[in-house]
Amino acid sequence: MALTKADLAENLFNELGLNKREAKEFVEFFFEKIRTALAEGEQVKLSGFGNFSLRQKNPRPGRNPKTGEEIPISARRVVTFRASHKLKERVEQNAQANREKFKAQAELNA
Amino acid sequence: MTKSELISLLAAKQPQLDYRDVELAVKELLEQMSGALSSGDRIEVRGFGSFSLHYRPPRTGRNPKTGAAVQVPDKFVPHFKPGKELRERVNNGTE
Repeated sequence: MALTKADLAENLFNELGLNKREAKEFVEFFFEKIRTALAEGEQVKLSGFGNFSLRQKNPRPGRNPKTGEEIPISARRVVTFRASHKLKERVEQNAQANREKFKAQAELNA
Repeated sequence: MTKSELISLLAAKQPQLDYRDVELAVKELLEQMSGALSSGDRIEVRGFGSFSLHYRPPRTGRNPKTGAAVQVPDKFVPHFKPGKELRERVNNGTE
């Protein structure tokens, strides 16, 4: 099951006693502040979780994979995410214990 | 922007909440997200993006110092795919 904004808000309501409206708004603002910082060209570093950084991409020739038609890909700025060591380690530890579930899930994501 | 700067911005935006509660809420959100990924679950936030795990098969690597071949076991790494709104806003900021 995927974790969604509704789940995150529900959790703030259950764990911290924010009321439902506050919890929902809080989750919105949380992602909005991160988006705004990135849109303004600022890197976002959330220690223990990971860093969102920006990369400038040069224009390059592309192709429509269905038709084979060539389409130029313009220069652009993109967001990349690097998980913290802490998060990577935590993922790995659980992956060792639940190999089958992780593999099935990763195949769906591929 | 760091986590503490994010907390300050959110505290200013939500003046009815104690600073301490904002801090706890941010930590709670990140903990929920880390917990989901660590259990092999995806995170899907519309307009922001999705987090999932990507599988990296085992490979033969090399110790860059000695050149010796080493077996690197397979692993799962967190991956983020930016959502449409985030992609567009980040790219438009440059124009």
